[in-house]
Amino acid sequence: MTVRVDPARFDPGAELNAFSKGVGNAGAVVSFTGVVRDVAGGLSAMEIEHYPGMTEKAIAAIVDEAKSRWTLADALVIHRYGRLEAGEMIMMVATASRHRVDAFQAAEYLMDYLKSRAPFWKKELTRAGSEWVEARDEDEKALDRW
Amino acid sequence: MIEVLYFAWVRERIGIPRERIETGAATVAELVDELRAREDRYVAAFEDLRALRVAIDQELTDFSAPLKGAREVAFFPPMTGG
Repeated sequence: MTVRVDPARFDPGAELNAFSKGVGNAGAVVSFTGVVRDVAGGLSAMEIEHYPGMTEKAIAAIVDEAKSRWTLADALVIHRYGRLEAGEMIMMVATASRHRVDAFQAAEYLMDYLKSRAPFWKKELTRAGSEWVEARDEDEKALDRW
Repeated sequence: MIEVLYFAWVRERIGIPRERIETGAATVAELVDELRAREDRYVAAFEDLRALRVAIDQELTDFSAPLKGAREVAFFPPMTGG
């Protein structure tokens, strides 16, 4: 299991290839990549703040919980912080399992929990000014299905 | 002494990312009351506790949690990762 919290850019293709090579005969690899989207008004950049120390612990706990619920050969979480431009990759999750259902479900679980339980905060910088992204009710509700 | 950390708009309203505080507060809620009594910037940051989350020693908890033995308390808005 790999968790990386890092301001540096990453190449999701290269990460996925490296991850897939290391999973043996897992049979199923699922990945998700989050990208900085443009917003109305023209996004110039996004700033991501996090809580060093707690972030790594919180993500490790989320990954551990996923491992206890599904049979996973491996899992990867990369999450950036700092300043990101529109179109840049923010984060990625990859899961490997013997069968696809476990890999898909575990990846969705990781995404749902990373959104609402890992201590990151996004701020959008537009021509009009800057604004903290507000947590959405549906993101919190998404946790109920697990 | 307890290390108190602030993130995102809580940090911006208070104006500093962290501070060490001497407190006799028994719970997080009591610590918030002490801070609010200090200065307006704390009142602005802690205006609506429903809009805030709190962690003690890097574990999410709630405002009624006891502070006994805590080294670090962090206040922040709901998280927006992913």
